[in-house]
Amino acid sequence: MDKIKGLFCKECKKPYPAEAIHVCEFCFGPLEVAYNYEAIQKRISKEKIMQGPLSLWRYEDLLPIESTPTVGLNTGFTPFVHAKNLGAKLGLDYLYIKNDSVNAPTLSFKDRVVAVALTRARELGFDTVACASTGNLANSVSANAAEANFKCFVFIPADLEAGKILGNLIYNPHVIAVEGNYDDVNRLCSEIAGEYPWAFVNINVRPYYSEGSKTLAFETAEALGWQAPDHVVVPIASGSLLTKIHKGFHEFERLGLIPTVNTQIHGAQAEGCSPVATAFKKKKDFIQPVKPNTIAKSLAIGNPADGYYAIKIAKETGGLIESVSDPEIIEGIKLLAQNEGIFTETAGGVTIAVLKKLSQQGVFKKNQSVVAYITGNGLKTQEAIAPAVGAPWLIQPNLKSFQQTLKKEQK
Amino acid sequence: MIKVRIPTPLRRLTEGQGEVNIEGDSITALIDTLETQFPGIKERLCDEEGAVRRFVNIYVNEEDIRFHQGLNTPVKQGDEVSIIPAIAGG
Repeated sequence: MDKIKGLFCKECKKPYPAEAIHVCEFCFGPLEVAYNYEAIQKRISKEKIMQGPLSLWRYEDLLPIESTPTVGLNTGFTPFVHAKNLGAKLGLDYLYIKNDSVNAPTLSFKDRVVAVALTRARELGFDTVACASTGNLANSVSANAAEANFKCFVFIPADLEAGKILGNLIYNPHVIAVEGNYDDVNRLCSEIAGEYPWAFVNINVRPYYSEGSKTLAFETAEALGWQAPDHVVVPIASGSLLTKIHKGFHEFERLGLIPTVNTQIHGAQAEGCSPVATAFKKKKDFIQPVKPNTIAKSLAIGNPADGYYAIKIAKETGGLIESVSDPEIIEGIKLLAQNEGIFTETAGGVTIAVLKKLSQQGVFKKNQSVVAYITGNGLKTQEAIAPAVGAPWLIQPNLKSFQQTLKKEQK
Repeated sequence: MIKVRIPTPLRRLTEGQGEVNIEGDSITALIDTLETQFPGIKERLCDEEGAVRRFVNIYVNEEDIRFHQGLNTPVKQGDEVSIIPAIAGG
């Protein structure tokens, strides 16, 4: 296989071998996979993709593995929904929801990156996988490690939502709850990764892992009839997802699979953790870290690794990075559920609330295509929404009780 | 003495050591001491203007120095300092 040339530093361009390393030894810049696009060009085509598996592996030619996929064979190819009801409310004829809240196996977009990371980890000879996580990633690493027979260690902040803790324990990995926020967990894991010969999916295997997110762009372009949308709205935690969606569209363009890309890439953060949105608004290209305080725990990264690149891409593409309050997030979750029948977690609430804010600001034209990325499932963050959804009508098991209650409730 | 943990990418400069114990009363002073002992390490941590490089994070007792006084953050006997590549996680 000749599609991976190696790794290279995104900053100083120094080349590295395609091993489990993630930062440049000289400038500490992030390492990226160097592809042999000439070789890929020769074998990729729309027809070949369309005949491929109904999973993210239909884009295998653009994913950084050298043998064949072994993990996440049912991951990706999630619903792409023309959101007519929500679109009508927001004045958009072509609003689409990319619905990774029903991704397999663990109901978030993280299944994509884990499919790639664990396939690559096996190729590199690891028998143990690990991660630092705000919840969804740990769920996905735990489930996929169980199926793929890896030993598994997941590190999470101790105060995560119950559903996300249980969603690890059921697969029986080693779950390490750290007394601190995600940034503490991440710092600790960076130190642990230097001491143990494990594949930390979002640390030493990060150059491969993060490439899995490109498949959200690939699926979007394919679903739109082989073209990129006019706008996308992407939640920002570390910023990696936003940069990879951008990269995905541009790889398709480069390989001639879609026409020229003019997509404006918009980012979404919660006010209680908005270091990227704040830097964007102040026109700074360095990020001042923050101590997160928001219900959107899956986006609560106060020290975002790719924040700098997310700002750069938003600027370059004419996009905006906005933030929304916790009440707006709750409203966003309800708006999506009650108009499109999709129950997303708090991160999705952030995305929808920012989508609404941008549409009110007149950022989108009525006939432009807008794609909002819904990255996680609402059943995992029930605590956040429970106080805002009311309660069932409680009745006796007889007709009279129902009729009385109906009358009362309808007043 | 103050314990400074060295990340993998810099261990070639520290003869493979993952931890070094050195003297200094601030992060700046510690970096200067490191440079004396392990020439070349300072330019890897700081840019031409002397600021911490974009992709380097420094912590004193688990707290990011950007929540304190940056390079002027004071350190005392028994403190632990970690130097960590910024690119991780998410």
